[in-house]
Amino acid sequence: MCDTCGCNQPADAVKILLIGEETKLMHDPHDHEHGHGHHHHHHHHDHEHTHGGKTVIELEQDVLAQNNRLAERNRGYFEAKNILALNLVSSPGSGKTAVLERTLADLKDELAFFVIEGDQQTTRDADRIAATGAPVVQVNTGKGCHLDSDMVNRAVKKLTPSDGAIVMIENVGNLVCPSLFDLGESRRVVIISVTEGDDKPLKYPDMFHTSDLCLINKVDLLPYVPFDVEKAKHYALHANPKLQFLEISALTGQGMEEWYDWLRSTKNQL
Amino acid sequence: MPSGWSNLYFHPPAVFLPTVPFIRKMHELSIVQSIVSIAEEQVRKAGAQIVDSIELEIGTLAGVEWDALDFAWQAGVPHTVLAHAERIVHRVPARARCSNCQSEFELPEWFAPCPHCGETFSDLLQGRELRVKSLVVS
Repeated sequence: MCDTCGCNQPADAVKILLIGEETKLMHDPHDHEHGHGHHHHHHHHDHEHTHGGKTVIELEQDVLAQNNRLAERNRGYFEAKNILALNLVSSPGSGKTAVLERTLADLKDELAFFVIEGDQQTTRDADRIAATGAPVVQVNTGKGCHLDSDMVNRAVKKLTPSDGAIVMIENVGNLVCPSLFDLGESRRVVIISVTEGDDKPLKYPDMFHTSDLCLINKVDLLPYVPFDVEKAKHYALHANPKLQFLEISALTGQGMEEWYDWLRSTKNQL
Repeated sequence: MPSGWSNLYFHPPAVFLPTVPFIRKMHELSIVQSIVSIAEEQVRKAGAQIVDSIELEIGTLAGVEWDALDFAWQAGVPHTVLAHAERIVHRVPARARCSNCQSEFELPEWFAPCPHCGETFSDLLQGRELRVKSLVVS
């Protein structure tokens, strides 16, 4: 967990910015308390009965229902537009942005990409993506340790992805918290790199449990590091027996063609 | 590829949207805020004032750190309808079905082997719950 982000941050701490957008003052159409605005969507089968002035409410409501409902709306939007939306999750420094840069550069003539970049601070990653020519929105979460479905909903409205596109959502670098938050993605892709420990799936099983594909990045460094690929796969499969793996190097291009094939075939399955 | 710094400094001024006070920060705090939202809505619907007690169901593999949830609870409930509520937490033990012999067993932690055949691959059946089971309001 993120011990450092328990402090309260101001309500405007999350910033969502379309790279290259002109300055204009606008009021956030979402500037209302979500916690109160959507109860007409709720369909709880709650039962109430009263005991001496006290009302017992049998609720059985998922705590993350609000996030999950909005995630399903995002998912419906992506499905209706035949968009493949990928939630890219990893520790910081595993090479998420490098994988994206290379993918966008190599496939830009074949597929339309739109990118949502999640980081606590700066537009550095979004600037790197913008340099490839792909439209990109930066979400700065402030103290936040993960993207949620509301941030993605708002980012997508700024991004306006075209029909049939691939929307890449680069989550905040963190293997813990993002695993709990459905963004409405079509598939979740977890990236680990061989400069990390091969026991990472043992230490952070939730993320591997909720992912569809595991990219093992920086395999060009395997001769120089003690990372055991088979051991890492073995551990990850225990958290998720259905997990697929691809070994890649965003630096040298090794294995990237298999990743591109996965993108094409997954998109065709939509 | 650009270093990023120059872009940062010469970037067109940004449109910053204020966020909604909804899930963000440490995820346990997000969870407590969601619970507060749920409780406030139920209190309003029932025409009540406060929550006397709240029953939660949390799976042992729900991805929730107990100490962190406790800390977040202390930080998140003052001045809300949950400020004086008794919190009752039911831990839902994780159960799995063995991929080899198909028997069902309690999974004390991820990667625990099947007690019948020793197989270490299994499918999770329960244990990721994160629910508000009931509330008493007055």
